[in-house]
Amino acid sequence: MTVPSELYYTPEHEWVAISGSSASVGITDHAQRALGDVVFVSVPAVGARVSSGEPCGEVESTKSVSDLYSPVDGEVTEVNAEIDDDPGLVNSDPYGSGWLFKVKLDETDGDVPPGLLSASEYTALTQEDE
Amino acid sequence: MTDSATAAGQPAAPRRTPLTAVHEQLGASLTDFAGWLMPLRYGSETAEHNAVRTAAGLFDLSHMGEFSVTGSDAAAALDYALTGEPSALKPGRARYTMISAEDGGVIDDLIVYRLADAEFLIVANAANTGPVGAALAERMAGFDATLTDRTDDYALIAVQGPRSAAILAARTSIKLAEVKYYASYPAQVAGRAVLLARTGYTGEDGFEIFAAPQDAEYLWAELGKAGAGDGLIPAGLAARDTLRLEAGMPLYGNELGRDITPFDAGLGRVVKLDKPGGFVGRDALAQRAQEDPARQLVGLTLQSRRVPRHGYTVLSGGQPAGVVTSGAPSPTLGVPIAMAYVRPDVPAIATDPTRAGTADLAVDVRGRAEPATLVELPFYRRRS
Repeated sequence: MTVPSELYYTPEHEWVAISGSSASVGITDHAQRALGDVVFVSVPAVGARVSSGEPCGEVESTKSVSDLYSPVDGEVTEVNAEIDDDPGLVNSDPYGSGWLFKVKLDETDGDVPPGLLSASEYTALTQEDE
Repeated sequence: MTDSATAAGQPAAPRRTPLTAVHEQLGASLTDFAGWLMPLRYGSETAEHNAVRTAAGLFDLSHMGEFSVTGSDAAAALDYALTGEPSALKPGRARYTMISAEDGGVIDDLIVYRLADAEFLIVANAANTGPVGAALAERMAGFDATLTDRTDDYALIAVQGPRSAAILAARTSIKLAEVKYYASYPAQVAGRAVLLARTGYTGEDGFEIFAAPQDAEYLWAELGKAGAGDGLIPAGLAARDTLRLEAGMPLYGNELGRDITPFDAGLGRVVKLDKPGGFVGRDALAQRAQEDPARQLVGLTLQSRRVPRHGYTVLSGGQPAGVVTSGAPSPTLGVPIAMAYVRPDVPAIATDPTRAGTADLAVDVRGRAEPATLVELPFYRRRS
């Protein structure tokens, strides 16, 4: 299982990459393995407001459906259109071409938004699962 | 993300099959299924599903329950215990059947194999092995018939898919062209003595191999080698579920249960009301056969990519009219499919040409009505 050290994580298995006032969001390698083949992802529309810890979409796989939670507060600026044609990108490249949406952060004071986990904290959490 | 549609596990440590170590070596994702640690998938369950439709898949089904019934009254005892008529089977043939409670509800669906005049093998769902064994034991009383739980005596390996006969042909002692669908033969596979049956739960041609547990790893490896050039890959329970759903085959706990009769499931043909002598559940089932059905099992496809799941409400004219029993994204059709029990008037309303365009039928997929189309079952039928 891959847990890139430069990313932050939610206990609900989303990852977020923060760069200045922009954040990219996806689901983790652990999540895609647990879900199995992803067949459809519903993401918030461009311009939509998302709030940390609130559901903002859903991930459909063969066996189950899961809510997608926003890791941050802000406004959606871009969604990954490729996922609509090829949801399998979430399985094959969860931290790369399988990203889901980008957010313009409300607060950009340089601090990590509250409630997020570091890579080591997230790794510990997923090991508790197993 | 949080799971909102996965089943809760069972507290006790799950049992291992003779092949669990092999699945672990293959890196399978293992899951507790009916008290057994079983492979859910080895890699992509969609790839496993497609391999079974186009080439072949290798399954470990050792969790299934097996019972033997032997003795001079074995056939008569099973005629009394089951809804079907095992006494009418020729040795070597098999039949899909059910075991019913007194009230007509289904205790389990089964395959009964007649191995010899006075010897039958019954295969039950893993989750129902206990109740089936208890009901059979009770119903054998007064007959010269001996019931033995053989679950631990057999590993069960299935080879399923259009290439399965070609793959097995090189490794077996018998001519597969002479093995009919729903027949079984004592045979050698890769030099090991097995019971080879042409049965399955995928909607494809295929074989189920009942082997000694100590032969399971060897046979799995030999079959894997034999099929590698034909595209055979190991396939897990996730693929097995979408394969049987596309084939319109019922799953106990979804389409079948204690509160459901075979007639509700559209499987009244498995109830032999006219066989000589009584059988458990006959009176209730005979009455049920006369009545208008309380519900009907139907197939649905959705245009949306949101997937109907077990327990979701079916809507007709915006009002609740039934419930989804099984649903999944269909790898073969490319759209979500579902089986559902609906009110018996719903199919006529949904297909009434004078009401065309009313977009009457839908499934409530977590708060949003997704339009659904009524389709004939099965969703998929192989070209034979």
